[in-house]
This record gives sequence, C-alpha cells and structure tokens, in this order.
Amino acid sequence: MAAGGDTLTSRRTLWAVAALPLLFIGYLFVYPMIRILWLGVSELQLSDVLVETRLLRVAWFTLWQAAVSTLLTLVVAAPLTWAVSRFEFPGRRLAQGLVVVPFVLPTVVVGTAFAALGWRGSIWAILAAHVFYNVAVVVRTVGGLWARIDRKVEEAAAVLGAPPWTVFRTVTLPLLRPAIIAAASIVFLFTFTSFGVILILGGFQYATLEVEIYRQAVIDFDLPLAAALALGQLVGVSTLLAIYSRRQERTASALVLAPEGSTRRRPAGRAGVAVTLAVLGTLGLLAIPPGVLVAKALAHDGFSRLVTDDPVVGRPVEAVPTSLQFGLAATVIAVAVGLCAAYVISRRRTRLSQWFDVVLMLPLGTSAVTIGFGFLIALDVPIDLRATIALIPLAHALVAVPFVVRAIVPLLRSISPSVREAAAMLGASPTQVFRHIDLPIVARAALVGAGFAFVVSLGEFGATSFVARPDTTTIPVMIFRLLGRPGLGNFAAALALASLLGAITAAAILAIDRFRSGDMGSF
Amino acid sequence: MKTGRYLALLLALLPVTACADDTTQGTETPPDSLTIVSHDSFAGGVTDETFAAFTAETGIEVDVVAAGDAGGTVNQAILTRDNPLGDVLFGVDDTFLSRALDEELFVPYESEFLASVDPALVLDPDHRVTPIDFGDVCLNYDIAWFEEAGLEPPQSLDDLVAPEYAGLTVAEDPASSSPGLAFLLATIDRYGSDWPGYWESLVANDVKIVADWETAYYTDFTRYGGDQPVVVSYASSPPAEVIFAETPIDTAPTGVVTDGCYRQVEFAGVLANGEHPQASGRLVDFMLSPEFQATIPTTWFVFPANEEVELPDVFSENTIVPDDPASFDPAEIAANRDDWLDQWRRVVTP
Repeated sequence: MAAGGDTLTSRRTLWAVAALPLLFIGYLFVYPMIRILWLGVSELQLSDVLVETRLLRVAWFTLWQAAVSTLLTLVVAAPLTWAVSRFEFPGRRLAQGLVVVPFVLPTVVVGTAFAALGWRGSIWAILAAHVFYNVAVVVRTVGGLWARIDRKVEEAAAVLGAPPWTVFRTVTLPLLRPAIIAAASIVFLFTFTSFGVILILGGFQYATLEVEIYRQAVIDFDLPLAAALALGQLVGVSTLLAIYSRRQERTASALVLAPEGSTRRRPAGRAGVAVTLAVLGTLGLLAIPPGVLVAKALAHDGFSRLVTDDPVVGRPVEAVPTSLQFGLAATVIAVAVGLCAAYVISRRRTRLSQWFDVVLMLPLGTSAVTIGFGFLIALDVPIDLRATIALIPLAHALVAVPFVVRAIVPLLRSISPSVREAAAMLGASPTQVFRHIDLPIVARAALVGAGFAFVVSLGEFGATSFVARPDTTTIPVMIFRLLGRPGLGNFAAALALASLLGAITAAAILAIDRFRSGDMGSF
Repeated sequence: MKTGRYLALLLALLPVTACADDTTQGTETPPDSLTIVSHDSFAGGVTDETFAAFTAETGIEVDVVAAGDAGGTVNQAILTRDNPLGDVLFGVDDTFLSRALDEELFVPYESEFLASVDPALVLDPDHRVTPIDFGDVCLNYDIAWFEEAGLEPPQSLDDLVAPEYAGLTVAEDPASSSPGLAFLLATIDRYGSDWPGYWESLVANDVKIVADWETAYYTDFTRYGGDQPVVVSYASSPPAEVIFAETPIDTAPTGVVTDGCYRQVEFAGVLANGEHPQASGRLVDFMLSPEFQATIPTTWFVFPANEEVELPDVFSENTIVPDDPASFDPAEIAANRDDWLDQWRRVVTP
C-alpha cells in the first residue's frame, strides 16, 4: 500500500490522461504568460516599481477586499446552500437555477441597477456586488457535496447527545471543508481580480491590481510596470492557491457518499420556517438588481427592440445563437480538459500534481489584459490562432476549466479508497473500477462543472472583445455595443438583452439539473 | 562630425528604401482579402454592405477584427508589429498617435482624397496616418430638466463652477475613459497652467466623476434617471438621441454646450510588415472616399473628415460642429499625459 493510488492506476495511464490538460494549459496559458511577462520584465528597472508606494496600497486593498468579500459571500450563501442541499421542497430546483443569474450579468448593467437603488460609490457597494455575483459559486459547489453527506453521520452524533450546532460544527463542517475551500478559492480569485465592479460600483478612487495593470498596460503602455504588477499578482495568487491546495488535501476526508437526493427531507416545523426564510430571503435580495433591470427594460419597451432591425448592430437577439454556440463549444472543451485534470489531481498526491492544480486555477487569478496581450504575441505559431474564431471558445474554456476541476476533485477525493480497493480485490480492472465507482459520481459532478463552464462562457466579455469580429457578436459584446451609443432605445434594448441573458442562464442550469437527477436510476 | 551625419542619413534612408522595394515595384498581386484591425465600436457598425462597393470595384474582400478599445488597439498593434493581425489599422486617435508613430507602426501613404480634408486634421505631415473622421467631446445637458428647474443651461466651462450649477455635472475619469481624457485636455487648453485650479473649483462645486462614458450617460445623467443634468459626452449625442428614440421624436431632448469642446481625430494607417501595402492604400482611399464617408455619421456617430460630404439632416438640425474646439499636438499629449493624469488624480482624490 506504500504507493497509494499507484496500486490502482499505472503511471503510464496517468501521464496519458494528463497530456490533454497539460497541453491545454501549457499552450494557452503558461507559454503566453512567459512570453508577455518576459517582454515586460526584461526591461524593468526595479527602482521604478519600488518608488511607487501607492502600488503597495493598491496591493493591500486588493488583498483585503477579496478576503472580506469571500468571507461575506460564504456567510450570505450558507443558509440557502443548507436549504437546497438538505431539504426537498417545491421550487428547490428553480431556486438553484435562479441563484446563478447574477453570475452572467455585465457589470455596467448591474451598475445601472445598483445606482437606481443608491448602492454605489463606496466600499460597501463593492462588497455587496461581489456577494451578489458569487453566491452561486458557493451554493453550487458546496451544495453539491452537502447533498451527498449521509444524514446518518449527523444523526449518530445527535443520538450521542450533541446539540444541533455542535453536530454542524464538529461533524458537518469538517466533512464539507474540501468543498468550502474549493468555493472560497474561486470566489477569492474572482474578487481578487475584480475590475468592472471596482470601477463602476466602487468609484474611480478605488483600484485593485487588476485595475492598475489595465491602466499601466493600456493607458500608459508602461509594459515593464504592468508586467511587474502582473507578476506580483501571479505570485500572490499562486502562493495563496498553493496553501489552499495543501489544506484542501489534508482536510479531504474520505467517506461513503450517499446517493444524490437521498439525504433531502421535506422540511417540517421549525425547519420549514427556516428553509422558507433562507430561500425567500436570499433569493429576494439577489432578485432586486435583476428586477430593476427587467422593470426598466419593460418601461421603455426594450424587449420588442430586441427583434427590431437596427441599421448598425442588426437585430440584437441575433447575438443569442452566437453565444449559445460558443458556450457549447467552450463547455465541451472545458469538461474534457477538466475531467482529465481532476482525475490526475485526485489520484496522485505528489507535489507535482499539487502544482498542476494551482496552475490550472491561475487563469482565474490573472488579469484579462495580461492574458489578452499574451495571446497576441504568442499564439501565432504553429498556426495563427489569434485571428481565428476558435480562440473565443478556447479563451472561455481557459476560465471555465477551474470550475469543472473544482466541482469534481472534492467528490473524487471523498470516494473512500477502501471502496476502490474492495472492487480491485474482487477482480475489477482499473478501468472497471473507474467505470463503476468513479464515473457515476464524477459524471454528476462534471455536469455541475459543465453548467458553470457554460455560464462562464455566456457571461464572458474581456477575452471576447479582444478577438471580436462583426460576425462573432456574443450577448455581452452586443450589450456593450448598444450601451456605447446614446438613446433611450439603445438603453432599453441593452437592459432587455441583459434580462434575456439572465433568463437563458437560469434555463440552462435548470435543464442541466433536471438531466442530472434524471439518470438517478443508474446509480 | 561629417561621418556621423552620413550615418544618420543612411539610417534614415534604410527603412524608406526597404519600403520602396515593397511598394513601388508595382508587382504586388491583389490579395483575395484585406483585414482592418480596429476597436470594438468600429467593428460593431460593420455590416455586409460597409465595404461592398470596395469589393465590387477591386475584387478584394474586407475583414474586420476588433481588438478591445482604442488604446488597446494601438497597444496590441505595437505588440504584434512583426506579425500584424491585419493590413490596415483604423481607430488610432490623436491621444495615442504619438505612441503609434514612435513605434513605427505604419508605412506612409498619401491618399488622393486628402485635398478634400481640413488641413487641421492632418496631424502627421509624413502621411503615415490618414484622418478618416473626427468627433467633438462636448458637455451635453438635459433640456427638460433645465426647463423644469427654471435655470438656464450652462454656456461655458466657467459656468460649471458657478454656485447655481453646483452638483449638476458628471464627468469621466481621464485614466480610464477616452471622453474623460478629452474633457481634461479641453480644460488644460483653456486654463493653461491654471487648470488644476479650475478642477479644484469643479470638485468644490461637487462635480461627479465616474469610470466610463456608459456609466456617466446611462446611470448619472438625469435623462436616464440619474442626478446630473450635465454630462461630458459628444456633439453627436443629441442626433443619436433622435435616431434611437423610444418613440419617434423630431427634436433632440438634449443640447450641446459649444464651449469647452475637444476634437478627437481618428486615423487609419497601412501597417508596416503587412503583406499588401498597395491594396491597403486603396482601402484607405476608399475609407476617405465620399461614398464611405457619407455612411460615417449615422453609423459611428462621428463626423466625416472629407468636407465634400454633407451631413444628414438629423445631424445638422440637432447639433453643431464647434468652430474652435481645443486640440493638442499629439507629441505634447504623449509627453505630458502621465504628469497630467497624476496631477488630476491628486486634485480630485478626497
């Protein structure tokens, strides 16, 4: 047993599985980053950076606002996560779908809604917006695991006399820790590299490293300084991720997972009140900004404008099929890459696989400008990928892969090795072990990841605008174009399109969830 | 001394002769297609018809790739100079021109249509870039709001710091917004070295500053439910309000303050290291031809550089082209931009 996972998986298989994610991340991220950072850093004079004490303040602000945002998001998301993963009630799936809507809404549109509510121009607005955007990450990632923790474990503790809070703290929370850390790391990266929320909802006096990199790279074209900041951002993010990754591994407790859905109960009595409050309260809060958007769009007849032919941008609704196609392509890529990566990461507990995990997460913590510039100078060999349509879903997948990995790894790690060993003892080949033990669990987790990948692609703006063509107008690019021109008609159409984007997102998540529970029987 | 000058002359001639080899031999076979690299707002307006006349005449298809905003477009062209994404770059404006020229992004091309262009727009005497359009960044105001308040709309930059206009103006951050930078340049042009004092008064008079034009216009401007009836926008915004009205209207609901405008000029240039410099020159010609220029106002809401083109009625009725807008030598902007932005930030940061 000394070699751990190696008893079941040969080294060669592992390398073969690792090839796809290695190639993907190496060519689309590591290589471009090395090229662009080298270009900047090679001309850097360290004294230029060190004199700028302002940058230290920026770095500090970036760090603490991300930490606070992550904590707040976890706290706000907790009641809803608990309700949807432990209880079965009418509208549960709908709630799980609706919570993802904020995730795709462009900041400039959300800014309009926040401003109408007077929530703008302060650190509170920034934190509120970060919570608004990221609650879904926690509900879906943590909820995925929580729904599969056998109630018997908690009940055993209760029978032994532990009060509910103690059961939660000493039994449930430790079991959930891998998923909580996974969700927190994603939320942290998102808020650490926050750009639009900071500028539009915070105000011009707030700056994160991401904002500063944009200013240095695009406005001042001070590549050395931009590269230094990007490098700083990268080092900071990698360090934190490495710590997370170690912790997650240490805290992953193997347990026998209950079938999805078997742990949900009908809420009754006090639990019923609590569930109702958690669901309606959280969704009610999250619904306010989208509600404002829909109301404004309706007030100015925005929805009929979506199908009206505009001489300049065409019919706005035509962006929908474009977005769906890119979303589908990005999802397929992200799931393929993410599955392989998650398998490798969860099977091998070596330093190398730990770093692999960290590197796959890095694109989430890297500024869009750095990635965009990296693409431009690096991706012209062996074929000129820069000007092809393929770059758009590939760029989307780059951001989506961490979600797939994060959704799968905690579940894979939770599969007790004894189950696999038992199967092997009974004569199952490694492939059979994977097919009958890992795959059923992984397939569902992969669907959670796929849902996120699709949604990430739907909402993505930065990379798309970097390689946009007139015939590759996605929904966010169209919204931005409409808002780029004055006129009530444009405004109304932009808000209507944003509302439609939210509705499509909810529908996609609902469809995936339905499919996910539909094949329950095979479990 | 003498040899030094010889050497300098030689060096200066080298790139020219290198280009001459490419362009003057007349052996270039027309390509099947050309690619224009531009910013997203240009790409957003391109349809199948935009370059149809050019394709019909030359047999060359035109492809457009967008590369972020105006600043991003120039920077990425610099990064990809050795292996450019396209043949022609469109969308470098006067505030980024110096950077583009210093980096030797373009090869010279002198368009036959330049005779019809206001010489004030031709900012590069060597014709490495050709002016295609210009837009004036001007203060706009909400006509209905001022009527209701019984207040005269502001007439000048000076009015903005008067007590009766306290808290009525929203402007954009010049570090993240192109009209924001234009407005800052307009104030520097007007007040000279006293401009930080003017901005101190603006701040004292509760000017609101936001990150970008979209936020200023669609969130803070009173016409869209905000609190500020004066916004830094464009001279072309009122006609756009008419064209994109919710229900058809005849006159614009917003007006333009003709004082304190800044003229942004947008240029096209033939990219160095492109494979088809001759055909690219023809494309630049087409973009300056009356045929293409006539589509500029209602597509991109800027004004055609070619003076032979008449403005559509909706433009002539609802806006004015300011007589004497501020403008700067691109080299002066390039030399001072960082300092100006730093000073500005110090003045406006509480």
